[in-house]
Amino acid sequence: MSTVLEVNNLTISFGGLRAVDDFNVKIKEGELYGLIGPNGAGKTTVFNLLTGVYKPDEGKIFLEGENITGKSTVEINKAGIARTFQNIRLFKNLSVLDNVKAGLHNSFTYSTITGILRLPKYFNIEKEMTEKAMDLLKVFDLDNEASYLASNLPYGKQRKLEIARALATDPKLLLLDEPAAGMNPNETQELMDTITILKNDFKKTILLIEHDMKLVSGICEELTVLNFGSVLCQGRTSDVLNDPEVIKAYLGDD
Amino acid sequence: MKKIRINKSLKDNLITFGLVTVAFIAVEILKMTGHISSLMKGLLVPVCIYIICAIALNLCVGILGELSLGHAGFMCIGAFSGAFFSKCVQDIITFAPLRFTLAIIIGAVFASIFGFLIGIPVLRLKGDYLAIVTLAFGEIIKNVINVLYVGLDDNGFHFSLKDVVSLKLLPEGKVIINGAQGITGTPNDSSFEVGFVLIIITLIIVLNLIHSRDGRAIMSIRDNTIAAESIGINITKYKLMAFTISAGLAGVAGVLYAHNLSSLMAQPKNFGYNMSITILLFVVLGGIGNIRGSVISAVLLTLLPELLRGLSDYRMLIYAIVLIVLMLFNWSPKILDLRKKYSIKNLISKSKMKEAE
Repeated sequence: MSTVLEVNNLTISFGGLRAVDDFNVKIKEGELYGLIGPNGAGKTTVFNLLTGVYKPDEGKIFLEGENITGKSTVEINKAGIARTFQNIRLFKNLSVLDNVKAGLHNSFTYSTITGILRLPKYFNIEKEMTEKAMDLLKVFDLDNEASYLASNLPYGKQRKLEIARALATDPKLLLLDEPAAGMNPNETQELMDTITILKNDFKKTILLIEHDMKLVSGICEELTVLNFGSVLCQGRTSDVLNDPEVIKAYLGDD
Repeated sequence: MKKIRINKSLKDNLITFGLVTVAFIAVEILKMTGHISSLMKGLLVPVCIYIICAIALNLCVGILGELSLGHAGFMCIGAFSGAFFSKCVQDIITFAPLRFTLAIIIGAVFASIFGFLIGIPVLRLKGDYLAIVTLAFGEIIKNVINVLYVGLDDNGFHFSLKDVVSLKLLPEGKVIINGAQGITGTPNDSSFEVGFVLIIITLIIVLNLIHSRDGRAIMSIRDNTIAAESIGINITKYKLMAFTISAGLAGVAGVLYAHNLSSLMAQPKNFGYNMSITILLFVVLGGIGNIRGSVISAVLLTLLPELLRGLSDYRMLIYAIVLIVLMLFNWSPKILDLRKKYSIKNLISKSKMKEAE
């Protein structure tokens, strides 16, 4: 299996604080990789570095061998990384369908003039986009809510819609930032099924941040534990979760 | 499900076009049968101008989500470049529709260019800051045109920022833009019919843009810039696109304005920030992001001061009070609830339910 993401010595400081210190990771194709750690460990900062929101002070990021370090968010998305956010960021005043169609923005293109003059191409491509978007919504069981405003969806479905939107950009690597945050056990179970679909049917490589240990131990194959910005432990899920250092970081010394 | 949604946006657009067309036909009939006062006749073109401006600004404020207070400036550019062109070719192109069409295109292009250039620095700002800077740009445009002198003679164009004398025109040359006195003698090409056609064109451009791939990108930036970036939407490109189109359409309104008057001057009352605020008022009252609302409120609020003319001194006082009441009626959450409860749709469905029982 080829390596999708390779990160070497990633480091960033904010003022005097080393938010991420010498972070390394290698994610293989089709893998479900977990990034865990206590609050403030720097997990979301890693995501922001990977997606170009922050530029790293040191280190290199390779996506399928291509160096994407220091590129803009838009370029990185075009290169093949899509993400969801810890605090849901949907296009609230657009319909559910349009949220996904916005994600298809770069996959289906026609010129502004075509759009304004409504040339035949407009209708053809819009139809294709709608079909593709509806297919995606079906996977997430959102097809019945397609015409709703995104803000009117219940919380769990908003989370799913965000994943659907990210998936619409057809990424090589999908970053999920605490997808189960704020979900009840039922919703978490549903989410786990959805993520399994992403992995098995869509063959996506996924890196996810999560606090819900049931979810992490249930679906993640490999784990990296961050603490105070640096890697505490890395390896297979079962090994990592039984590591005394990790238990200490989570539960404290006794 | 899919079908319903497409039909809904199509239906919405058709209602807007239908409303404008019906209003146009009604006014035409009134005009023909002589049931319209000369005062009202004089207001028909300004109403068209305001409608176009309101739609243009709604694209910027409602769809792009950036508050601009400089649209009177873009109108000013459109007005002056359009009138300048018409004045220059008045003797060459005598066929008025062609001349006016070209003038409109030129006005729109110039306003778009300025919109684009101003947009580059301005769109880096957000919210209140952006509003203030656009306000400043609007004022700069107006003031620069106020000191601009342009003349034409056999040697070509002469420019000056001082006075007519320093243009050094040949004796037979003519002054086209005369500083604060502006442009006089622009051909009177504007009419209500032309205004109607321009409104329809503006509506087509804006509504089709909103419901296209680009419109979705623009609205996604409005709703969440960070998320839009994360799915690969080029923020700068789409912000500039919306702002430029909006400025260009305001320019079209300016050309219509310039060709409705025999003398065009850049005064605070027509191109100052007061005008920008007036246009913003149409947009806010009609509903931010609601194109049809902008059209309706532009008509209402342009006609209202004239209808209140009989009240003489109290006119503006009453106007302000009416405005407050309308704003409350339209957008106060409690009243919105009440309106929903007693809406015609709701009452019909209730009576149907009773019948069923």
